Amino acid sequence: MNRDDDLIIPAEQDNELVVDGPIAFPVDRRDFLKLTTTGLLVFFAIRPANALEEPEAAQGGRQGYPSDFNAYLHIGTDGRVTCLVGKVELGQGPMTTLGQMLAEDLDVAVASVDVVMGDTDLCPYDGGTFGSQSVRVFGPVLRQAAAEARAVLVQLAAERLQVPAERLSVKAGVVSDTADAKKSVTYAQLTEGRRIERHLETKPPVKSPKSFSVIGTPVARRDALEKVTGRAKYAGDIVPPGGALHARILRPPAHGATMTQVDTSAAEKIAGVQVIRDGDMIAVLHPHRDEADKALALVKAQFARNDPPVDDKTVFDYLLKNAPAGRTAAEGGSLADGERLVSEVIDHRYEDSYVAHAPIETHSAVAAVENGKVTIWAGTQTPFPLKNQVMQALRLPADKVRVITPYVGGGFGGKSASRQGVEAARLAMLTGKPVRVVWSREEEFFYDAFRAAAVIKIRSGVDASKKIALWDYTVYWAGERGAAHFYNIANHRTVSVGGGFGGGASPHPFATGAWRAPGNNTNAFARESQIDIMAAKAGVDPVEFRRNNLVDARMLRVLETAAKKFGWTPKAAPSGRGVGVACSIDAGTYVCLMAEVAVDKATGHVQVKRVACAQEMGVVVNPEGAMQQIEGCITMGLGYTLSEEVHFKGGEVLERNFDTYELPRFSWVPRIEAVIVDAPDIAAAGGGEPAIVPVGAVVANAIFDAVGARMYRMAMTPERIKAALGKT
Amino acid sequence: MRTVSFTLNGKPTRVTVDEKRMLLWVLRDDLGLTGTKFGCGQAICGACTVLVNNDAVRSCATTVGDVEGKQVLTIEGLARDGRLHAMQEAFVKHAAFQCGYCTPGMILGAYAFLLKNPKATRAEIIGQMDQHLCRCGAHVRVVQAVETAAAAMKGGAR
Repeated sequence: MNRDDDLIIPAEQDNELVVDGPIAFPVDRRDFLKLTTTGLLVFFAIRPANALEEPEAAQGGRQGYPSDFNAYLHIGTDGRVTCLVGKVELGQGPMTTLGQMLAEDLDVAVASVDVVMGDTDLCPYDGGTFGSQSVRVFGPVLRQAAAEARAVLVQLAAERLQVPAERLSVKAGVVSDTADAKKSVTYAQLTEGRRIERHLETKPPVKSPKSFSVIGTPVARRDALEKVTGRAKYAGDIVPPGGALHARILRPPAHGATMTQVDTSAAEKIAGVQVIRDGDMIAVLHPHRDEADKALALVKAQFARNDPPVDDKTVFDYLLKNAPAGRTAAEGGSLADGERLVSEVIDHRYEDSYVAHAPIETHSAVAAVENGKVTIWAGTQTPFPLKNQVMQALRLPADKVRVITPYVGGGFGGKSASRQGVEAARLAMLTGKPVRVVWSREEEFFYDAFRAAAVIKIRSGVDASKKIALWDYTVYWAGERGAAHFYNIANHRTVSVGGGFGGGASPHPFATGAWRAPGNNTNAFARESQIDIMAAKAGVDPVEFRRNNLVDARMLRVLETAAKKFGWTPKAAPSGRGVGVACSIDAGTYVCLMAEVAVDKATGHVQVKRVACAQEMGVVVNPEGAMQQIEGCITMGLGYTLSEEVHFKGGEVLERNFDTYELPRFSWVPRIEAVIVDAPDIAAAGGGEPAIVPVGAVVANAIFDAVGARMYRMAMTPERIKAALGKT
Repeated sequence: MRTVSFTLNGKPTRVTVDEKRMLLWVLRDDLGLTGTKFGCGQAICGACTVLVNNDAVRSCATTVGDVEGKQVLTIEGLARDGRLHAMQEAFVKHAAFQCGYCTPGMILGAYAFLLKNPKATRAEIIGQMDQHLCRCGAHVRVVQAVETAAAAMKGGAR
């Protein structure tokens, strides 16, 4: 990453992601398609280990990853390797990390790898980019494919060089005889750009961590040059041949409203405007965005509202009132025994608001139809499920729909839903012209699948030895991810009521969905606050209290590492210092955060001054990338912690833009000191989400330590802090 | 409709358009410069930032008529003769981005600020960058990159 030499911009045609006009693709497309559509293809299904963390629909039917390694890689005649993955680049860096993983097990130079992502015609099927799965779930599949390809190539080299395979070694795509350095052959010479037809009877092993030379080394991001020059293309930037019409679509004023009357005559009078009415969709199209905006404003429509009786003030009681029967997610011992053992039952209710994904790139797509085949360039986390949606909506067979995913301007779970892609495809079919759909910020807030508002009730207590003896935990509507505790508690029960998001009946007045580490942020806020309350009541330092109640060695290790990095000195809260601690597990990764805050008692304003993070995530593929994710998670987390909250009335979303919905800004950002705990013998775990999980909790605990006010609701806005201070 | 003349990335440019149209959409739809991004449409997020006569402006709230006779610089014009500007180099060096969507606006906003405030302190840089939104959380690195670029520009880099 720290390249100090001058950077030279390569010629435009070297840029594989420039998609103006015909798609530039690093291998000859005709050859490539010929090569990938012949020969033996054997499919086997891989169900992600944590499939339960995401809704069924987002998994896209679990088609599974292909077992033929040719689906993931192609070696060109020039020796360049094309890595093909169904994942997409949302900013978390899988374009770089997955390229490293392929290079490691194939034994080629990282710089010789080109990565093509999220193109349904070229890449192997993938359910979507979410759940911190790119490295930990898809990574092993990609490495296995690379290992098998390498073994076949070594076999082919042995035959070509007339040398036993055991005597051969591979470096940077060159197979050499260890006994005679003159005898060597390159991968490119062996394959000559063709598909590799040979397969092995048994799968060769992937490399062990001890022999890694690429995994574990910091690698500069592949997308850097394009992103700093403005050449990086996002869906809304794509210009198909002949250009595209901007489409603006009439939206209802509230969820649940139905249109009763519409008059488009004024809009039709604007020169160049085309009005489309198809079923319930009214769209105005024009080559210029601002003219389409003007036309949409002239459409006169009336709607019948059908609002549920709820708003952001009454939502928590409403959610409890509409709760179905719960499901016990974890239990042990007996709650009755626990109640007898504890000196006091501490009973609290925690609340979390609806939160928006709010990527800076709004949902965008461009669709074009050629010879009956529709191509959709979409900003989406789920290109393959989007393809299925378009096939269904337009009644097209699989070979008539292609989704291409350029760079995506942020997702965080919000772009698993790709309504805009279907809208663009539908309008391109109806008009016979290429169509561009770029949602306004208002549409982005309206159709976002928010992080669900939720309530958590906890009854707990400690025994005479200050061990937690009772833990009775019920979560309503946040879901089970992160709900089960990881402390050493004899008598405990965790109940989950209502789904976290997606699918099934829900009382939410609008869509809810996965939001970076879904459910876990809310669960961690409640759990770690309750732990701190017990520690404070027992008069014990919160780090010491956790140490006394943990047996999980991985968690203890991140706790001690964070304490060292932070310079934690033991003192029971509230100490007036404004320091706090919180722990969590997400996507197989252990995190401990410690924070220092300053609270302005007059205004209720909280400034987070510094955060120390210790994270254990198994094998780290790109330490530089992992660090970026930790920093990003902590920074983004400040939003749901301190300011972000969707206001609404019935089905009407009151947030329209960033003037009322406040994202974290530069002046909010603390000094961040992160340590990644070395754990080479543990498989790679998730990196894109875990560090955001304990942010709300660590800030809540630090606020209590600073001023003695306990916060039971996120976001912890200045008004709520002042109200809590009034109660102390 | 009228013809508006201005200098775009160093080149004389004429467009015949409704002069009340926003510069953002004329750049993107008429001139094919898609490095300037739409984010909020209300001059809040900063993704559409460009320079007009060396001032950072929000192109979603600036009409094309307003740039008549002026110098407009977009992200596509910052690198020259095939070489990145010191600010772009610093963003690469520090990996001061994730999804990259707000990056062109960040780079141009920071560049315009340093042109006028070459001795800006870290606190002043943070105060200025507060006008730009980033959702991925690249803030820590953006500040490092702007400081690195400030040092390079003081040292004579363009």
